[in-house]
Amino acid sequence: MSAKYLAQGDLSAWLGALAQGRRVLVPVRENGAVVFRPYGPGTKPVLTRQADSPPKESVFPSTERLMEFSYSKDAENLGKVALDIKETVNAPATVVFGGRPCDARGFTVFDRVYDTKTIRDPYYAERRASTLFVTLACDTPETTCFCNSVGSSPVDADGSDVLLTPVDGGWLVEAVSERGKALLDAPALKDATAAAQDQAKAAKEAAEAAMPPAWDAAPAAAKLLEKFDDMGFWDDVSAKCISCGACTYLCPTCYCFTVTDERSGMKGERIRTWDTCMSFQFTLEASGHNPRPTKAHRLKNRVGHKFSYYPDIHKGPIACCGCGRCIKLCPVSVDIREIVRLAMELPTATAGKP
Amino acid sequence: MPILDELKAAIAKRLPELDVVIGWGKGFDALHHTPVFITSEADLDKLVLGPLSVQNLATYLTRYPKTKKIGVVVKGCDSRSVVQLLQEKLINRENVVVFGFPCEGVVDLEKVKRAFEDQGMEAARVSEASFQGDRCTLTSGGKAGSLPMADLWADKCNRCQYHDAVISDEFVGQRLERKAEDAYADVAAFEAKPLAERQAFWQEQMSRCIRCYACRNACPLCVCRDQCIAQTREPNWVSQRTGVEEKFMFQMIHASHLAGRCTECGECERACPVGIPILLLKRKNNKEILELFDYRAGIDPEAKPPLLAFKVEEEKINERGW
Repeated sequence: MSAKYLAQGDLSAWLGALAQGRRVLVPVRENGAVVFRPYGPGTKPVLTRQADSPPKESVFPSTERLMEFSYSKDAENLGKVALDIKETVNAPATVVFGGRPCDARGFTVFDRVYDTKTIRDPYYAERRASTLFVTLACDTPETTCFCNSVGSSPVDADGSDVLLTPVDGGWLVEAVSERGKALLDAPALKDATAAAQDQAKAAKEAAEAAMPPAWDAAPAAAKLLEKFDDMGFWDDVSAKCISCGACTYLCPTCYCFTVTDERSGMKGERIRTWDTCMSFQFTLEASGHNPRPTKAHRLKNRVGHKFSYYPDIHKGPIACCGCGRCIKLCPVSVDIREIVRLAMELPTATAGKP
Repeated sequence: MPILDELKAAIAKRLPELDVVIGWGKGFDALHHTPVFITSEADLDKLVLGPLSVQNLATYLTRYPKTKKIGVVVKGCDSRSVVQLLQEKLINRENVVVFGFPCEGVVDLEKVKRAFEDQGMEAARVSEASFQGDRCTLTSGGKAGSLPMADLWADKCNRCQYHDAVISDEFVGQRLERKAEDAYADVAAFEAKPLAERQAFWQEQMSRCIRCYACRNACPLCVCRDQCIAQTREPNWVSQRTGVEEKFMFQMIHASHLAGRCTECGECERACPVGIPILLLKRKNNKEILELFDYRAGIDPEAKPPLLAFKVEEEKINERGW
């Protein structure tokens, strides 16, 4: 299918059409923060900047009910208790509209973990299958953007179904996936002129040129491993970290969770909730022993997982999409770019164990 | 001598007896400062000071063993946290060296972001920023703009009564001796709203919360940290669910545990990545504490905080007369 054109004035018409029978999540402003919320009549999407919270909740809710359970006692024999369990997969048809390339690409990091040949997480996989991404290509980077250093770009369509590129008076609309094509069959979209297509091409090149120079993050994999036991290094780079979970919960690629049973009386639910490796409880063992007792151990895990262990397991890709939220929204400006750079540059005090 | 140079000289003088001095350095862009940890004289070059020195560095004091000798640079508001930590014996006076200076105030980066956005400029794309006199000048995306500082100061600075550190071992510069009024007008205005409106307000605000605990961990007086009651599994006081109820419950826990202790440094609200105005909850408690006990936290290291004391008959609490 050839590319389409969406005029700015037709934006709400298209959003309205997309919202027929679907949940459409768009970035909106709330008290200064920009977060994804369901689109409804009158909703004004904020498309001028990156949202503060990524659209992670769309496919990976902060609380996902895995199952409901209830106990019932046998009236004839009170010692006999029956347990009823109901699986609760919930995957509403969803379009995430107006996220950035880094936001959509984040889920490609999830996919390698949650939906593989050997392991398929049905809760994740079904939501993933029911969610489409209409992504807005970036024009100028923020000071914390570094997608071009982790194998991506400000106009990367990887993980998206439709890509919008800003052109005069609107956007060029291109289908990226087969599923994305279906979304383009809408009266609000017109066939794109050759001029609009040329403009979009130029805009994409300009966006890539506007990025700060890319640095090569690949050598970090070996260097971080080498520094595994160099706790002096980790104490230094984590000195200002206050061990909150803002970086992980705002990260489009952080996928860790915990599972708990929340029981009240004779019934309850098993839920999966976001977890963060910045938390002391994350690796706290039942004995009271904690293999990651300090914030230095925990920050080491976060950086190491993204730039070393994950690329090692999955043969290349870095588990970071370069969105920069962990830098921008960190209360004390911990900068993961700087930590990775220092890991590559500084000599290692203690050699890593074989 | 400029204040920054005086400060460097003061730190250089005390550094030999200290394990580390915590101050502010340049951050990742022209609108950010970030904590720096000075252990050698060469590190002093990293030090900066100004309206972007927003973080309350007193929050790091309890992250070191009490036996470590630590220096900390404090704004007036931050110094109150040090006083409170001393009152609660959470730090050893002889192991902490406090560096004070006359603080003109810090900016609220949310205000900076919004004010420049109104001029069609993005603070997140800043290339240059300067704070000269009463103007803030910003260059972003090839455009330059200027705003009066009066529009950008953090709210806490506009009502500040303690520009000069209330406790210090080394004070550099001339004391400002300035005091604004603070009659908790913001709390009173919020309380005047109907209950349903207040409830709807918090429902909307807390629905944005990602429960990252940045508010808790940035707080200099939230010292339970890894042992926080909100996260213990045994006993399981707060459910793992991420509904508004659980999130608001945590804010109630935070505010209650801070009652009579909170010095209103505002770090909880500043640290929040999604802009939830949670300082209002703590100010509500402080308003009550002021009315009941005529007490503001973190002013006098020798004073007994009212909730750490016991009186059979409180002067302003009618316990038996109903």
